[in-house]
Amino acid sequence: MAQETIDIDYVANLARIALTDEEKERFSGQLGQVLDYIEKLNTLDVSGVEPTAHAFPLENVWRADEPEPGFPVETALKNAPAVRDNMVVVPKVVE
Amino acid sequence: MAETLHYRTATELGRDLESGAVSSEEIVRALIERTRAVEDTVGAFLSCDEDDALARARESDERRARGERRGPLDGIPVGIKDILAVEGQPLTCASRMLANFVSPYDATAIRKLKATGAVPWGRLNMDEFAMGSSTENSSVKITANPWNPECIPGGSSGGSAACVAAGEAPLSLGSDTGGSIRQPAALCGVVGMKPTYGLVSRYGLVAFASSLDQIGPFARTVEDAALLLQAVAGHDDRDSTSFKTEIPDYRRELSQRRGPWKLGIPKEYFGEGVDPEVEKAVRAAIEFYRSEGCEIVDVSLPHTEYAIGVYYIIATAEASSNLARYDGVRYTHRSKEAADAIDLYFKSRAEGFGPEVKRRIILGTYVLSSGYYDAYYLKAQKARTLIRKDFLDACRKVDAILTPTTPAPAFRKGEKADDPLRMYLNDIFTSSGNLAGIPGISIPCGFSESGLPIGLQILGRPFEEAELLAIAHRFEQAHDYHTRHPDLT
Amino acid sequence: MEYEAVIGLEVHVQIKTESKMFTRAPAGYGHEPNTLTDPVVLGMPGTLPVMNKRAIDQIIKAGLMLGCDIAPVCKWDRKNYFYPDSPKNYQISQYDRPICIGGQLEIELPGPSRNVMGEHKFIHLTRIHLEEDVGKLNHVENDSLVDYNRAGTPLMEIVSEPDMHSGEEAYAYLTALRQIMVQGGISDCDMEKGQLRCDANISVRPKGVDTLGVKVELKNLNSISGVRNGIDYEIKRQIKTIQSGGQVVQETRRWDAEAGAATLMRTKEMAHDYRYFPDPDLMPVRVDQDWLQNLRATLPELPFERQRRYFDSFDLPYTVTSVLVPDRRLAEFFEEAVDECGEPKAVANWIANDLLRELSAGGIGIEDSKLRPAHIAGLVKLVKDGAISNNIAKEVFIAMFESGRRPEEIVEEKGLKQSSDTGELAGICNEVIGANPKSVEDYKAGKQNAINFLKGQVMKATKGKANPHIVDQILREELDKLA
Ligand SMILES: [Mg+2]
Ligand SMILES: [Zn+2]
Repeated sequence: MAQETIDIDYVANLARIALTDEEKERFSGQLGQVLDYIEKLNTLDVSGVEPTAHAFPLENVWRADEPEPGFPVETALKNAPAVRDNMVVVPKVVE
Repeated sequence: MAETLHYRTATELGRDLESGAVSSEEIVRALIERTRAVEDTVGAFLSCDEDDALARARESDERRARGERRGPLDGIPVGIKDILAVEGQPLTCASRMLANFVSPYDATAIRKLKATGAVPWGRLNMDEFAMGSSTENSSVKITANPWNPECIPGGSSGGSAACVAAGEAPLSLGSDTGGSIRQPAALCGVVGMKPTYGLVSRYGLVAFASSLDQIGPFARTVEDAALLLQAVAGHDDRDSTSFKTEIPDYRRELSQRRGPWKLGIPKEYFGEGVDPEVEKAVRAAIEFYRSEGCEIVDVSLPHTEYAIGVYYIIATAEASSNLARYDGVRYTHRSKEAADAIDLYFKSRAEGFGPEVKRRIILGTYVLSSGYYDAYYLKAQKARTLIRKDFLDACRKVDAILTPTTPAPAFRKGEKADDPLRMYLNDIFTSSGNLAGIPGISIPCGFSESGLPIGLQILGRPFEEAELLAIAHRFEQAHDYHTRHPDLT
Repeated sequence: MEYEAVIGLEVHVQIKTESKMFTRAPAGYGHEPNTLTDPVVLGMPGTLPVMNKRAIDQIIKAGLMLGCDIAPVCKWDRKNYFYPDSPKNYQISQYDRPICIGGQLEIELPGPSRNVMGEHKFIHLTRIHLEEDVGKLNHVENDSLVDYNRAGTPLMEIVSEPDMHSGEEAYAYLTALRQIMVQGGISDCDMEKGQLRCDANISVRPKGVDTLGVKVELKNLNSISGVRNGIDYEIKRQIKTIQSGGQVVQETRRWDAEAGAATLMRTKEMAHDYRYFPDPDLMPVRVDQDWLQNLRATLPELPFERQRRYFDSFDLPYTVTSVLVPDRRLAEFFEEAVDECGEPKAVANWIANDLLRELSAGGIGIEDSKLRPAHIAGLVKLVKDGAISNNIAKEVFIAMFESGRRPEEIVEEKGLKQSSDTGELAGICNEVIGANPKSVEDYKAGKQNAINFLKGQVMKATKGKANPHIVDQILREELDKLA
């Protein structure tokens, strides 16, 4: 069976993970094997079958529009790697 | 008493507390002593706030002195997989990504557990973000199987299983996405249960695959597992997938549900690929039930062969999205090398995630990406419908299904580390239960020649945990596997 | 060659709720940074979303007002993309099963003059779906600072068909849309606060051609006039590109209102792959007929329908309706007063001229006015019954506006009641006739105008309280006697 290939650069870019060349090669090979295994699914006829998104489907699970106090700002930012003026600092975003 | 305290069950400890033979503080101190003695070998804990545990134990003792008792777990320590949010405690998922994260809130299961007076006890090792079957994917350390420290404890809840087997905690909580409770329970010779999807709130359980994840108990007896399940089960309005259902008194039901049961044996779970020792032990367990008057029938789960593929598509797809939030911005590891805002993502995620997590994110991203969604994700969702139907059809014919929990006993550390596909096949008997959403329990049903535990998996009808526990209890009552402990001295 | 522009709009409207779309943290604007968060808003590990019922009610109401079909079942999807203002790096949205499908919006184009109604047309809608808003980036020298207060606010995305052809039409579309959203209580639609945001898809083609040209997405149209200017700019740019032998390229551009120009954001090659899939954390929404019926009962009349009713039932002129109708509170104020006095034209004039003038002079809104519909109704009745003159009424109006007291009370207290006592008035008339022989001469000489001077003198003597009709009558009688 021909090994499935992943366009690893495209996918790693979507996933926002920098991979080394070594990782790209290793993951491509390993995931190719996994995809080959998954190929088995192609032999399964699913025409007319509804997809399952939830093991036990429910409907209209909601709550009333009643606010509760949230976090004090100190709690909200306690784990943040960089904070200024009670906001999270990131390198300048240009768009 | 102190020298044996660490292997007393939660039920026994509850009686000891009731009679005044022991205090909660003494129990916690005994466990501190025990972990000091065996942790070098076992390595189940990532961290442990002993002061917090002692303080809660003393509060419990004071309550009891006032004549108050919140329930059977009041004062009993419960180990917590490091994937459940406990306010003020680290929540690392054994990942460098969350190495310094302190949870600002309690998971619903933890809130409920605290309300019963139980004492959260340590943060337990796991595969990073619950991705793995051996706990070797922890970024911190490798946990040993207490029965043979050269072997893996299973995973991803390896720490939760190992600490209970090693007498470092009478009970622990884990999470199961494709077998991550049942598989390590089997490999460590303890009881582990994955409840029906929706029985225990997932709020505060760090998501791996949202449609498959469930929190569940580890214990050394079925009765103890019932007590811990009781504490955490029930509807939660913070989890939209949480089910509104009557929660019975699981411990009382243990003795009230007496069978005889009609039990199904799926042929797809036996034969090729199953270790002969495992098959032998599980067949013996089946014979036990037959001898108890249970009717044993063949059932077919024809889509079993697709389960692992379907599982890895759905689980990695959901994971690729669930783990997107670990990005170096708000609370995770942030790379110091980032040149700009976009680079911050690439580098922080490259540094923060281990190889298995990266692998699964890549796979999950791929199966959802433009042009592949229908071929993989949608197809897997449809196949999931068929797998689920297999089980629901079978469950109409039988009260429960008996299978091996794992194809083989614990393997050696490093043995499958660089063969993801072989590693994934460890979940072959457990992941279908997650796809179907049904409950499953693993109980010790024997040992291999080399002294490694073997697990029997019992799968049941949705929300029929009481029945499942009673069936498991019956086996345990007639066997002594649960009374054996590994020699760690 | 003549070119035609084709424009479709994607409008995001924040839904007015107390709490966020998927958690109970409070929703709000203008708070200190990062004070409206909780574990869910921040996308903390382990957190889960739960729907806000009111947000769903609100979008259904919006859909009903816009003539959409409400899907019997809709579901939630995740839209995956990384951005520092997005706490989970996916947005919970609706992909292939939105809650509102189709629909249309009636718009009015500018007329030939302000006093003349312009052409009306219907712009078709593709869909409306519900999603969650993201946080806000504040750009400083080398860094961006993230405030998550806005994150998780319920947000409606209203997608139109490519039915518009100019910046003017887009402007009219947003104006009409905003009126409906505000009048329906769905949103305050304050563009300054980011409660209404607009992106446009723009293409051009030679007139008469059916197929669509290459479209450019124009973002950051953050004021209603910006929408008009930005779109017109882009249309010109595209036509110029084609006329100079170039080709329009599919891309996303960003409008810079200050510079009055748009710059390239990303090309088609850089387009996102959002990897939409059903959100496993949320259950679908099923809408039944009872639910729809209950919401339908709460809907206000649409502004253009109201305007047509004002034409038909009240015979009001366009100019007055175009003052009353855009503001639901003003229109309801008007109707309440009309219900009490049955004089729509008089009431409309009092509101459109006097009330609005006083409100704007006082810098207050109608909800803060001490003067209520009953006051205007009472005033109109007093004038109609001849109890006070129009001039006196103006004075009473000011007093009512300032004090909130009833008109009858003011008239009584200040003694402003019009005199219709013919005996008393006849005496005054004769005095005035006696004192102004010149005017009497003129009148007798056939100058009808002379009577107006005499009338003025009588009004002056009575401090304006005399009923002018009766004075006119008496004067004519007395003067005729002299003849
Ligand atoms: Mg859009
Ligand atoms: Zn949107």
